[in-house]
Amino acid sequence: MTKINELFQQELKVINMGLESFNENLKKQNVKTIQVDWKPPTRGNKKMLSLLDKLR
Amino acid sequence: MVQERIEAANKKVMEIILNGQPTLLDIGVAEEVIPGMAKKTILHAGPPIKWGKMSGPLRGAVIGALIYEGLAVDEKEAIKLAASGEISYDPCHHHNTVGPMAGVVSASMPVWILQNKKYGNYSYCTLNEGLGKVLRYGAYSDEVIKRLKWMENLLAPLLKQALKLHGPIDLKTMITQALQMGDEGHNRNRAGTSLLIRELAPYIIQTKFSEKEKIEVLKFINSNDHFFLNLTMPAAKCTMDAAKNIEFSTIVTVMARNGTEFGIRVSGLGDRWFTGPAGIVDGLLFPGYSAEDANPDIGDSVIAETVGIGGFAMAAAPAIVQFVGGSAKDAVNFTLNMYEITAAENSIYKIPALDFRGTPTGIDIRKVVETGILPSINTGIAHKDSGIGQIGAGLVKPPMNCFEDALQAFVEDLEAKNLV
Amino acid sequence: MALKYLIRENAYYDSVTLMIITREVKKIKGVKEVIVGMGTELNKELAGNLNLLTPELQKITPNDFFISLDSVDDNIAKKAFAFVDELLSKKKAESEDYQPSTLESALKYMPDANLILISLPGKYAAREAKNALLNNKHVMLFSDNVTLEEEIELKKLAKQRGLLMMGPDCGTAIINHVALAFSNVIRKGPIGIVGASGTGIQEVTVMIDKLGSGISQAIGTGGRDLKAEVGGIMMFEGLKALQNDPLTEVIVLISKPPDKEVARKVLSILKEGEKPSVVYFAGGDPEVIKEYGSIPGLSLEDTAHKAVAITKGMSIEDFAGFTVTKINKIIQEEAKKLKKDQRYIRGLYTGGTLCDEAMIILSALIGDIYSNIPLKPEGKLSDINKSYRHSLIDLGDDEFTRGKPHPMIDPYVRQERILSEAKDKEVAVILMDFVLGFGSNSDPVGEMIPYIQKTREIAAKEGRYICMISSVCGTEEDPQNLIEQEKKLKEEGVIVMPSNAQAVRLAAAIVLSRRNSQ
Repeated sequence: MTKINELFQQELKVINMGLESFNENLKKQNVKTIQVDWKPPTRGNKKMLSLLDKLR
Repeated sequence: MVQERIEAANKKVMEIILNGQPTLLDIGVAEEVIPGMAKKTILHAGPPIKWGKMSGPLRGAVIGALIYEGLAVDEKEAIKLAASGEISYDPCHHHNTVGPMAGVVSASMPVWILQNKKYGNYSYCTLNEGLGKVLRYGAYSDEVIKRLKWMENLLAPLLKQALKLHGPIDLKTMITQALQMGDEGHNRNRAGTSLLIRELAPYIIQTKFSEKEKIEVLKFINSNDHFFLNLTMPAAKCTMDAAKNIEFSTIVTVMARNGTEFGIRVSGLGDRWFTGPAGIVDGLLFPGYSAEDANPDIGDSVIAETVGIGGFAMAAAPAIVQFVGGSAKDAVNFTLNMYEITAAENSIYKIPALDFRGTPTGIDIRKVVETGILPSINTGIAHKDSGIGQIGAGLVKPPMNCFEDALQAFVEDLEAKNLV
Repeated sequence: MALKYLIRENAYYDSVTLMIITREVKKIKGVKEVIVGMGTELNKELAGNLNLLTPELQKITPNDFFISLDSVDDNIAKKAFAFVDELLSKKKAESEDYQPSTLESALKYMPDANLILISLPGKYAAREAKNALLNNKHVMLFSDNVTLEEEIELKKLAKQRGLLMMGPDCGTAIINHVALAFSNVIRKGPIGIVGASGTGIQEVTVMIDKLGSGISQAIGTGGRDLKAEVGGIMMFEGLKALQNDPLTEVIVLISKPPDKEVARKVLSILKEGEKPSVVYFAGGDPEVIKEYGSIPGLSLEDTAHKAVAITKGMSIEDFAGFTVTKINKIIQEEAKKLKKDQRYIRGLYTGGTLCDEAMIILSALIGDIYSNIPLKPEGKLSDINKSYRHSLIDLGDDEFTRGKPHPMIDPYVRQERILSEAKDKEVAVILMDFVLGFGSNSDPVGEMIPYIQKTREIAAKEGRYICMISSVCGTEEDPQNLIEQEKKLKEEGVIVMPSNAQAVRLAAAIVLSRRNSQ
């Protein structure tokens, strides 16, 4: 069975990154969901971002 | 693959940190037991700093130490000597030592002697003088000197004897218990002090000192909630020292401030300090004081956060968060935030309020830079003028540039080795 | 100059709380100096330093609470004391659940998460989506402003790992009957959908529900999936999954006209499978679809009708008419109310695919349609804020939504626009879609009613009547009350049609009827 077909058999559990309203709507549907308090990585510092990417 | 190297190194570092066994062995005299200590050497908190750059509390503490050592008779002479070039200033950290606030250690001062039983390395710290006008806040009045002498001549020898009778004290266990009793090991030490005095009291009684002297000692410890701080700090120090110099590790082994600069050291970056301006503490001031009176962040006590307690265990000590107008839930959130920037959950230091989850331990510079989340530090606020003392308490963060500079150095190192 | 103090014996408050209160009281205008604390030696000393220590205060014990303050007058002191009590009894509200700061830490809190829903700024969205895929999680990427190169990289990576990569620019998906982002609550049933259009999926799923049937899954691919460069990667993966899904009996595919090669590849996949399929390539050539053994849908509504007919074993017929009784009567009556000069249709759309469908239907019936998203380059409005002749506007398009929320959430842009249409003497019919479901405004119709009323007023002042026609894309299970929404429209004299296609055809019929009667 492919992973997508497996997904169709599972209970949906969502990680929401972005609009909080999407998270709220999932909660209203009794879906297990977690909201990420996302901020731009390295607070937008491009130099730091490229340093980090070198270490991946 | 570079990421794998880093992960493997960090794993090793975390293993060392979590397996550390900080144990209180003895009390000794600084000059006799601290490596590299000498009559005209003054150790201080934080990264390296010259006399000319020292802030009020540190200057005051240096003056006080010189008078205490008999190297100067008064303030005037002490200042002259301090500036003369004859005195060697060095971070406590360079000598396996840590000191709270100004953190000044001089040759004759008694120090706790700890050993990390698992890895064999030692650490040292002075005994806590108490609250109010004390040397570590830069006070150097007669009263201060007198108290230091009393500690040298009575407190230390008596406790040394008591310790000998008792045997070594497992500090890891004591700190674990304190964390479950409302302490966080940096700004809240009441439980730890209580546990310590309880442990030592029967043996203090058995020492060969007079009843009056034993009473003085017991009262002294009892009057100072932060007596235990001077043990949590070296316990953290000997734990972290064992994890130094693991190549490719991005875990922070030291955080420290000298009242002017904040400095960090990273395991994979050897002995290099990465510094930035020490911050102003955000907190509550005692009545009569205002923000202009505060000294920038100072002290080696942030070694607590470095090992995963202090501000990182705030969920264990919710009272602290009120200093910044927070609720108990906020205290929990401060700790939860720290999991974002640490490598592991502590296997021993657990927090009841978080269902006994281990404290966030092992700050990873990559995660700090990536998330923008800086370590949360609980600390006292010193008056910027020497000799006045503590004027409040609150939360402070290190400057981001320490972590960014460390990350840059780390990558440059790897580039030089052709590994990225 | 007034020094006032208060003592409460044996009343304990912890020192930190009292320090905070001291600070807050100090901020009151007219308070010169204050100390709030327990009667400890330290506090007495501090009070002394501030000249706030009285002989009575000197006598209190550490178990007693005190306030001592110096204020400009007694009233201020009273105010301050009352304030202290207020603060002492205040309870702090519980903060919300902890929100982890990164995907990594979120995965620690929910290791069995299976879908990552991303609606972050486009600049960062691709990086996070990639991270999610590298963690072997399915992704729905709502964000647009992701580059084509990033999209291709993401979809290739997803395909490699067998994961769903819905998007970028995927606004609608219903997985395991969970409405994600902008989606409706649809009955469970045997129809599986893969769509490259958000409101297209919404309209089709809603119609299926209205016809009494339901869906198994609705997979979104994002708008660009069927472009040549992307090659329909997600469309394939989605279709294959539906072919292998035991709960899916009929497959529906929704998209704008795809790249020809991609179309053929996709249709081949459908052909290879055993399940019947209905394909809507908006305005595309139905013959190609038939060639590969699939059934072409002529409109979103028609697509839904055919899919449902298949599930019921009924014959498949084109549906291009009306399901409203006495439709001719309505057409006549509306046409009669219009003045000689009123000849144009203005469509104010929040759903892009609905606008598209409207243009396709209308251009076949009444000729050139102008738009901000025209079918032909010649149809592009020179000023998207000013309609010209027959104009259908997609208010959700980028040009309108820069720095503003989408019109399905915030009605402001459409509210303004309808008023300018109202002033145009040549407007005969105004068409509006109302999209319900999760994600949408909680009362889309209610937001427009005052502006519909104003529109009528503006026209009436000049002796004009403007015909208003709507369709409401929603089900009775949607959070907005479908029946109420339709009722509100009808009460304002708006003609509510059962689908976008029928609303559009009605508009055309009215305008044509007018034309003929002149």
